[in-house]
Amino acid sequence: MMTVEEIKAAIEAAVPGADVEIVANPSPSAQHSLRIGPRSAAAVAEFLRDDAELALDYLSNVTGVDWPDREVTEKVTVTRAVAKIVHDAEKAEEETVEETRKRVVPGYMEAVYHLYSMEKKHGPVALRMRTENRTDRVELPSLTHIWRSAEFQEREIFDLYGIVFAGHPDLRRLLMWDNFKDHPMRRDYVEPDDFEYEPTAHDEVKTRAEAHRAAVAGTGSGE
Amino acid sequence: MTATAGVFVRETKPEGWNRPRTIAPDGDGELLEVAMGPHHPSTHGVFRMDVALDGERVIRLKPVFGYLHRNHEKIAEGASYLAAMPYTDRLDYFCSLTNNWAYALAVEKLTGQQVPERAEYLRVILAELTRVQNHASSIGFLIQEMGASGTPLMYAFREREKILDLFESLTGSRMMCNYMRFGGCRVDATESWLEAAGKVVIGLPGFVDEIDRLLTGNEILMARCQGVGVLRPDLAVNAGVSGPMLRGSGVNYDVRKVDKYGIYDRFKFRVPLGDHGDIYDRYMVRMLEMRESIGILEQALKEIPAGPVMDPKAKIRGFRPKAGEAYGRIEAPKGELGFYLISDGGPNPYRYRVRPPSLINLTVLEDMCLGHDVADVVLIFGSVDIVLGEVDR
Repeated sequence: MMTVEEIKAAIEAAVPGADVEIVANPSPSAQHSLRIGPRSAAAVAEFLRDDAELALDYLSNVTGVDWPDREVTEKVTVTRAVAKIVHDAEKAEEETVEETRKRVVPGYMEAVYHLYSMEKKHGPVALRMRTENRTDRVELPSLTHIWRSAEFQEREIFDLYGIVFAGHPDLRRLLMWDNFKDHPMRRDYVEPDDFEYEPTAHDEVKTRAEAHRAAVAGTGSGE
Repeated sequence: MTATAGVFVRETKPEGWNRPRTIAPDGDGELLEVAMGPHHPSTHGVFRMDVALDGERVIRLKPVFGYLHRNHEKIAEGASYLAAMPYTDRLDYFCSLTNNWAYALAVEKLTGQQVPERAEYLRVILAELTRVQNHASSIGFLIQEMGASGTPLMYAFREREKILDLFESLTGSRMMCNYMRFGGCRVDATESWLEAAGKVVIGLPGFVDEIDRLLTGNEILMARCQGVGVLRPDLAVNAGVSGPMLRGSGVNYDVRKVDKYGIYDRFKFRVPLGDHGDIYDRYMVRMLEMRESIGILEQALKEIPAGPVMDPKAKIRGFRPKAGEAYGRIEAPKGELGFYLISDGGPNPYRYRVRPPSLINLTVLEDMCLGHDVADVVLIFGSVDIVLGEVDR
């Protein structure tokens, strides 16, 4: 079995302009993965499947992962010019201070593909693809035409995470019903508040249901 | 592997060879659309197939999922690592012990924990008992769907009951066993339990012989199963099919042999393969796998050493794996069952994904059914061997 570094080199040699990056996995499993750019993903996938040495002909598992926006707090050392008065004369001096800054790392969603080879009996090789954000640019290329086993799994990710797989032959919801609106596996998913049909009327549920009924009555939209 | 040499031949295939197949109706073009399920007795639970029929011929078949969906993965992401263990029982409720093992294996990969020798043997014994009872009842259901109402299924259930009794006396539950832990097993097996298990295992070859005499040469079974629902090996590999279905198509791939997880490299067993990839081959692969499993059980029960069943250094309280990820998989009776875990260092998994063999094996259901009669659809579906708890999660 080739290491991820060797696989990366092989991809870059075979697919010109491929955008491949190694994602290290610090856990004892040491299953490192390769992040590929969506633009060249289909060509890279086809190479991995058809290359005689790698022969990754079996796509075992496709997973969606949600990484919401997160705020990181970091300490930065900044050097800045400060005006100081020394012996009645104004002098510009440099001062080094440590500052705590907060910044928001924009979120994204990820699709992870675990590949094995039935011919060579090796694996797993993990491929990852990232969407640009979590709201409107959530398109990734579908790999169903290369590995058919992605068909239902990509549908499931579309259903539960809302990643749109371009080129999928039949992209419909898989587990939720068709007119369901949200994507329940996202980290920020909030359960709807209409618990009219909830059979267990515990206090919390009851309060929420009453609040919902009041809101519906207030808007006059009716049931 | 002569019959299967074609699988790995690198030939340029025509564009779209692995796309879903379509066939054209040949009658007057009037199609009857039928929803088979979700309350059809042959669907093994709540599963629906939207079928378009031209007379009796199936022209289109679209599976519809989700009737048993409870978002297992979301529940597990909100619970601690250990609290997800009993939920895995409810995935494939016929084989809770192999589900436990797959999850424990993935977590052990994530944390690098070691499993004591005796626990490894117990895991093998329980997994192979599970495989025998799953294959026996799966064959029973298949024959039931062929119209042999009762008898073969009850023969299978009689044997399954003996195995479930063993599970009950060891784990406290017949089906929801919740037995394995990260770094071992929950309780030790007593000497008398191992003795009882030995007695059940001695009886198993007789049961397989009995089923063999009753069914394998049966003319009706051959007429209904041979040449029906054929799955080509190259498509099986491409569509991620695993387990007895994949080997029925002649692909020599068994995770027990390939990954050698646990201690499977110590046992001598063969991997049965089919030639034609039809229902009959899947049936035969299951029959032969039962015999191989009995062989593994005999070896394991003879060699099981004394010792602890839990890694003494295993952490139960405050269990927080370091940040990272792991994909672990085992050969469950229905196919390759995998768990993919991402840890962010917290007490519950950041991402918990189940790779359900039952769902992925259904990818090729339409391909296998097109052109066959409705009665054959029931059989082809039965030969996939699914459990809806795992399909819908």
